[in-house]
Amino acid sequence: MTKAAFRDHLGRPIVAVTGMGVITSLGQGLKDNWAALSGGVSGIHGITRFPVDGLNTRIAGTVDFVELPAENPVERSYFYARETTDEALAQAGLSGHFGGPLFLAAPPIEPEWSARFALADRAPPSQRPGDAYDRFLTVLRDKPDPALHEAWLFGAISERLADRFGTRGLPVTLSTACASGATAIQLGVEAIRQGRTDRALTVGTDGSVTAEALIRFALLSALSTQNDPPQKASKPFTKDRDGFVIAEGAATLVLESLESAVARGARVLGIMKGCGEKADHFHRTRSSPDGGPAIATIRAALEDAGIAEDGIGYINAHGTSTPENDKMEYLSMSTVFGEGLSKIPVSSNKSMIGHTLTAAGAIEAVFSLQTMLTGTLPPTINYQNPDPTIVLDVVPNVKRDKQVSAVLSNSFGFGGQNASLVMTAEPA
Amino acid sequence: MTKAQNDVVITGIGIVTCQGVGTEPHIALLKATTAPELKIDTERFAPYPVHPMPEIDWSQQIAKRGDQRQMENWQRLGVFAAGLALDDAGLKDDADACGTMDMIVAAGGGERDINVDSLIVDEGLKRNDREQLLNEKLTTELRPTLFLAQLSNLMAGNISIVHKVTGSSRTFMGEEAAGISAIETAFARIRAGQSTHTLVGGAFVAERPDVILLYEALGAHATGGWTPLWSRDENAGGGIIGGSVGAFLVLESRAHAEGRGARIYASIAEIGGDRGRREDGRLERRLDALVDGLEAKAGSAIVFSGASGMHALADREKTWLDGRFAGVPVRAYGGVTGHALESQFPLGLALAGLALANEAKVPAFDPLSEGTMDGAADTAIVTTIGHARGEGIAILKAEK
Repeated sequence: MTKAAFRDHLGRPIVAVTGMGVITSLGQGLKDNWAALSGGVSGIHGITRFPVDGLNTRIAGTVDFVELPAENPVERSYFYARETTDEALAQAGLSGHFGGPLFLAAPPIEPEWSARFALADRAPPSQRPGDAYDRFLTVLRDKPDPALHEAWLFGAISERLADRFGTRGLPVTLSTACASGATAIQLGVEAIRQGRTDRALTVGTDGSVTAEALIRFALLSALSTQNDPPQKASKPFTKDRDGFVIAEGAATLVLESLESAVARGARVLGIMKGCGEKADHFHRTRSSPDGGPAIATIRAALEDAGIAEDGIGYINAHGTSTPENDKMEYLSMSTVFGEGLSKIPVSSNKSMIGHTLTAAGAIEAVFSLQTMLTGTLPPTINYQNPDPTIVLDVVPNVKRDKQVSAVLSNSFGFGGQNASLVMTAEPA
Repeated sequence: MTKAQNDVVITGIGIVTCQGVGTEPHIALLKATTAPELKIDTERFAPYPVHPMPEIDWSQQIAKRGDQRQMENWQRLGVFAAGLALDDAGLKDDADACGTMDMIVAAGGGERDINVDSLIVDEGLKRNDREQLLNEKLTTELRPTLFLAQLSNLMAGNISIVHKVTGSSRTFMGEEAAGISAIETAFARIRAGQSTHTLVGGAFVAERPDVILLYEALGAHATGGWTPLWSRDENAGGGIIGGSVGAFLVLESRAHAEGRGARIYASIAEIGGDRGRREDGRLERRLDALVDGLEAKAGSAIVFSGASGMHALADREKTWLDGRFAGVPVRAYGGVTGHALESQFPLGLALAGLALANEAKVPAFDPLSEGTMDGAADTAIVTTIGHARGEGIAILKAEK
């Protein structure tokens, strides 16, 4: 290949994906996940990790099949990220020191309740209402607990990943709410385009399903309460959708400049062609009624990719199954793609794996690439009662064989943070 | 330094510390002839001293009461300081500039409801079914708005809502390193032409029992009264005194800044961060690498050290600075403002930018350990060594 073949329409290095790893409630590893996802299997189930008596939502897409050294969201999120990174690096054929930067989308994890209870057990009795932290401080002043300190640091997960995989420089731990996974990928793409590195490790992980997390989202009326049967609760783009199903998982993508990937003879799984983002200033939990920021996000991704609207063959939707998101996402897609939208299949992985929050953008990027690699569109399951105001080809209920060469993946978040990715099948 | 169109320049500074609100009181302290007056509260969180927030009229930057109510102090302080930076850059009312402005916020988490937490652990002491108790109490006691006030990415979300900064919005987490990465990333994007103007910074509220608890889990917070940063009392806690701080910068490419006739405080010549084990001189070797090739001379340079005050780390940083930059005056700003965790590094750049632009002969903040300045500096070296991990250094150059 000539040098020009490694540059995109703006003269920037083309960014290839050479390794992928994934874990969700459907299983560990891309092979098992893809078999289940393309088979229309749901990973949503009743919660057993903690008691759910008295809670309105009692279902989730938790990852319950792994063994952890300790039960807390830091250990979980680290474990998922480590496993998917092992998988991705093996596929990329990379071992030893990674030697590029790490961009990690991770949940903002707060101290565990079990830790607070344990401190309270060791603390002097209450002197007045609201003095628990004074008592905790008495305990720790007497005897510091470095392990507890470490468990409270937001930088703890990336620190362990950086050590294990030998990434370079300061790892970035980020949160853009439900867009986080896509933002991690975007940061990796930018770093390669800057010429700062030939490769970047981009990871999204979320192992933060706890009682408090569940209750918080429930208080915002964001979660589905249709607990029975669990696997039917997530039903994006239907008339009776009533909220998302909280879930866990992780994905890792090894990004590499195409030039360096080709030079070392790596298999190119796909191209991370373009990224777009635009923040919303409308409301803390709701998006602008006119869809402006989501529209701008998709358009920015297409422009960055140098691909026209009619170049997109499939859309991996954010598709959370909340009344609000699906309506707004449809509005934004129909505005950008116009009449052409009727010819573009749009499906939501979340109908099967739930909303993996911080990890969603990365997991769905992996599934988007896999869609192109296999020529199979994963379905939107539970599509029994279509919302008549959302006219989409959602690949209803059953997968479809179709070769596509360019995919758009959307991630729209609480707090107005939106990101879209455009991926293509090959460097051509 | 040769000027280039893609130089990264500081054109807006939003700063709030115990020393006051905005650039004016901070320029005054940088140009004073004696160390700033000590602003410390030793009572409210005794035995822990903290540098408190100054008096703030929130409505100056957060016009709507409704917006103020949606936040707790951590987010409020960030949104307020971001507004100051936009104002200072002359971009506050420029809808087009804000609508295309990129944003990176270095964030921790927001305030917990101390009363609810206390209620739950106290009730838990009487019961065996603690998980069930959690469900009952959290369902009834948590306020939905408080959850939003706690979310890390909602400082940025609120900045978008209040100031209409919407080009992009990213939140970095991870203590001091988050602040370093935020500026490093903004710098790299502007250098490469991926961004023309970026709002970057963060806020930290030290006056929180949940924050003091974080440090005290490591035995890292100072106790008793204030002592100078480079000679914190080893028998009174771990050395860190927190400070409530908001610190935001508007960074622009030189082309963008000059195109709109903006005032330039200083340019960022280099910035880098790293991490890893610290024993056996590894920390010092990484610091050496971060300033590789830099010649800083006494008389024309100044170091703004973000030392946290943690005993062993402060000693090591001082020894390294005294060796690598012999004779160059050092100012440990955390002794004046308190340590600001995620915001510590952005705060250092804010102070350095103000000092360079105002040709300040900065008085020693800790006269026992810091030398005097004979003249204004044209180079500022900003350091931050994370209290647990991560370190970063930026080199700023005065505009000439």
